[in-house]
Amino acid sequence: MSQPAEFASPDGRYAIEARRLNIYYGDFLAIKDVDFAIKRRKITAIIGPSGCGKSTMLRSFNRMNELVPTAWTRGQVFFGGQDIYQPDIDPVEVRRRIGMVFQKPNPFPKSIYENVAWGARINGFRGDMDALVEQALIDAALWEEVKDKLDQSGLSLSGGQQQRLCIARAIAVEPDIVLMDEPASSLDPIATLRIEELMRELAKNYTIIVVTHNMQQAGRVSDYTAFFSIDEKRAGYLVEYGDTQKIFTNPEKKITEDYITGRFG
Amino acid sequence: MRQPKEQSQPSPSSQEEPFDTKLARRHRLGRIWLVVFQASTIVGIVALVALLLSIANSAFGYVIYEYDIDPAELAGGDVPLEELPKETLIAILQENISDGAFRRLEDLKPFADRSQANVYRLVIERVAEPKAVEQWTLYQSLFNRSAIFEEAVRDYPDGELRFESWFDPHFVTAPQSSDPVQAGVRTAILGSLWTILVAFLFAFPIGVGAALYLEEYAADNFLNRLIRTNINNLAGVPSIIYGMLGLAIFVRLLEQLTSGAIFGLTDPTTANGRTILSAGLTLGLLILPLIIINAQEAVKAVPNSLRQASFGLGATRWQTVWHHVLPNALSGVLTGTILAVSRAIGETAPLVVVGASTYITFDPDGPFSKFTTLPIQIYQWTARPQDVFRNIAAAAILMLLVLLLSLNATAVLLRNRYSRRL
Repeated sequence: MSQPAEFASPDGRYAIEARRLNIYYGDFLAIKDVDFAIKRRKITAIIGPSGCGKSTMLRSFNRMNELVPTAWTRGQVFFGGQDIYQPDIDPVEVRRRIGMVFQKPNPFPKSIYENVAWGARINGFRGDMDALVEQALIDAALWEEVKDKLDQSGLSLSGGQQQRLCIARAIAVEPDIVLMDEPASSLDPIATLRIEELMRELAKNYTIIVVTHNMQQAGRVSDYTAFFSIDEKRAGYLVEYGDTQKIFTNPEKKITEDYITGRFG
Repeated sequence: MRQPKEQSQPSPSSQEEPFDTKLARRHRLGRIWLVVFQASTIVGIVALVALLLSIANSAFGYVIYEYDIDPAELAGGDVPLEELPKETLIAILQENISDGAFRRLEDLKPFADRSQANVYRLVIERVAEPKAVEQWTLYQSLFNRSAIFEEAVRDYPDGELRFESWFDPHFVTAPQSSDPVQAGVRTAILGSLWTILVAFLFAFPIGVGAALYLEEYAADNFLNRLIRTNINNLAGVPSIIYGMLGLAIFVRLLEQLTSGAIFGLTDPTTANGRTILSAGLTLGLLILPLIIINAQEAVKAVPNSLRQASFGLGATRWQTVWHHVLPNALSGVLTGTILAVSRAIGETAPLVVVGASTYITFDPDGPFSKFTTLPIQIYQWTARPQDVFRNIAAAAILMLLVLLLSLNATAVLLRNRYSRRL
């Protein structure tokens, strides 16, 4: 799959790279032959029609797919110079360093403080927990709103606040990459814009990969965009990948242009 | 474009109407089913009320007591026996029972520490020794009072007619006795509570652990599906089979363990495995499948999004289960445990097989002691021919219901406390 040459360089300027990745659920091929390298500290959007495997692709980056018993992969995903699908790599450690924010906000039924602190605690954080929680909430643009009610339940917040809490929780364990699976799709437009602003702030320190079915959002927020589609056997594949501006104004493939202009999907 | 109809009823077939709604008939059918459901509920309520009334009927009523020695004679004056001062009562007691018996009472609890009511009770029990010669049910006592009074005067001139609540504080606190008038259920209550405790301590951790393994860790292969099916089947096995299992394994095979001989508490040669430990373990096996099945359902009901969030932070499966799945499933697990424990309290047949004692008067003092339980006590009393045993059996049944209700209420309160936190 053609992509800008700079992505394929092995000198570490990419955050994570998939090589000849195929993802199966049992006998069904869900993602076919993907070569895909993500640039460090940039926002990369994954777009495409429903059912093309965007979420599957995203979840292959932090080995969340294997929580489904029938899922298996062929190919490699390189992170930190190593293929994370090798048998001697611990998926638990991978998931700490590659965090995830889900489509529907899912804070723990614990206090706001505990929500942020729990991940750090189980990963053996030995520093000042109060400072960590405060910093994570500040970075997630939630601190001012919750600083006086840290011991209230995380579920008592509004939808947008809950999602920002989930983001705070994810960055509290100091990941390198944050994966976001349609993070704003269940939120109202104002909350959505706040999440998008937050993503741009976060990209200063983290690599962000976001799946979205909202093309305008991809256009607003991302630096690079990957367009996936479905082939005749219902397997997803990477059609085109590059600079967001280029994809949206002057795509190379016709199918990309059809999708962007809304002729299908 | 169809015009809106003026009437709500379908008109005769002169018009082409695609829907023959038959509204009147559908509503009528609905009302009939509503009546059927209401009738079912009423039948259930009536059955329950009838049960409770028939028990209460036997547990309260007029009784005629005849005394070996009339309390009025013992009191010897104008003051009734009940109101005599403690010292006088102690003197009466000392005069009328053997020295050995008096010493034993003093050793059990010094008379200086006993209350006047307690000593009065002793005088009645040991000296006056009432016998219940005639009893009437609550219904008769309320509606046939004059007939009862006549019969009392005519047939039992020396007797005392009194309205007796067989289910009263004395009944609850007195130990077992061969005399039905003095008998109480304290021994049986303690035996029931001890066996339930042992059963719970055994079955709860094992049951919840098994449920967690089956739902969170086990792969969905043939062996595990076989195990799951068999656990469901075990829940339906007749309880007496568990009794036979308990007899063979806990009472006989593991006799050294269940009698406490291993811990040096009894002589190995006279060790007897018919203890609370054996009974508790047998009941524990009985309720284990129930707890596993209910806990499985509770764990299945925990939303997957919670697990995903936990894994996404780099938690192991164990950390996810312990910190998120189990706390969330807890209220459902507790509900299942309540049901299982309620069933265990009422079990009689397996404990008869395992060897609940037919007659013990001392309170159980630990898992290695002999015991009896409430259902067994009830069963024994109903098997006796004398009428008066019917009354105390009814009172014991009421005690069992009270025990059941209090255990359930406590567990429901606990469960609500946990649910509210989430």
